[in-house]
Amino acid sequence: MKSLSAGQPEENKGTAKPSRAFLLKLELRSHPQLLCVIRGALEPLMEMLGFSAENSREIIRAVDESVSNIMRHAYHGRLDQPIEVYCNRLERRTSAETEQGVEILLFDCGPAVDPTKLEARPLDEVRPGGLGLHIIRASMDSVEYKRAGHLNRLRLVKFTGSKKCCPESKE
Amino acid sequence: MNISSRQVDKATILDVSGNIDMSNSPAVRKALLHEIREGRAARVLVNLTAVAYIDSSGVASLIEGLKASRELGSRLVLFGLSNSAREVLKISRLLKLFEVYDDEQQAIAS
Repeated sequence: MKSLSAGQPEENKGTAKPSRAFLLKLELRSHPQLLCVIRGALEPLMEMLGFSAENSREIIRAVDESVSNIMRHAYHGRLDQPIEVYCNRLERRTSAETEQGVEILLFDCGPAVDPTKLEARPLDEVRPGGLGLHIIRASMDSVEYKRAGHLNRLRLVKFTGSKKCCPESKE
Repeated sequence: MNISSRQVDKATILDVSGNIDMSNSPAVRKALLHEIREGRAARVLVNLTAVAYIDSSGVASLIEGLKASRELGSRLVLFGLSNSAREVLKISRLLKLFEVYDDEQQAIAS
């Protein structure tokens, strides 16, 4: 598969692609049967980075939903289009300690996304579909979309101390 | 992923194994709607004991099944949810919408 970075304009390379060493890079085609491969690769990595089992599931869920959205919306179900996933270690200082985190960057070369369509739908209406964005936002500390040259870039960040998910935990 | 069905008492149990994501959720949807609409089961119990992961497309299939069962006056019951499956229903604020039981015995007795 041709790397997404190969066709990227030089002026965009510094801003779009990770400029530092990454822990893991996955290049895959937009075939839904590869989703399990991504999940399988991320699970031990999140454990290595010190995430709890619950936080690890949240991250894997967010990445899985993000890649599914790329396959469905950016590539409209075409099975042979390129997707790249980069994982980097992050650190942030809190008052008491240094907290570990992960930054996950996803790249595709589908059409630019209309930012108004990146809002999750209200959950008060019970109907199938449209849950993916809500799940991504609920699972991560930060979700940012950016058009970088001819690429779509989604940046997901989560830290080990995050307790963002599952607001209805009293159920 | 595998799906099979069996009858216990007057309930139809749909046994699902493997992970449910966009690669196979249409098959889950098809099997579920078949049991509800064609099988006309009064109760369809979905056994998720062997399902470690469900994505939003899998959740959407369950919602479609729930809507179809309500339209026909039957019941859709879930049991054996993994932590991941329970979490995704919570995040989607759908957990309270479904009848959920820990295991098959409880689901059948419900």
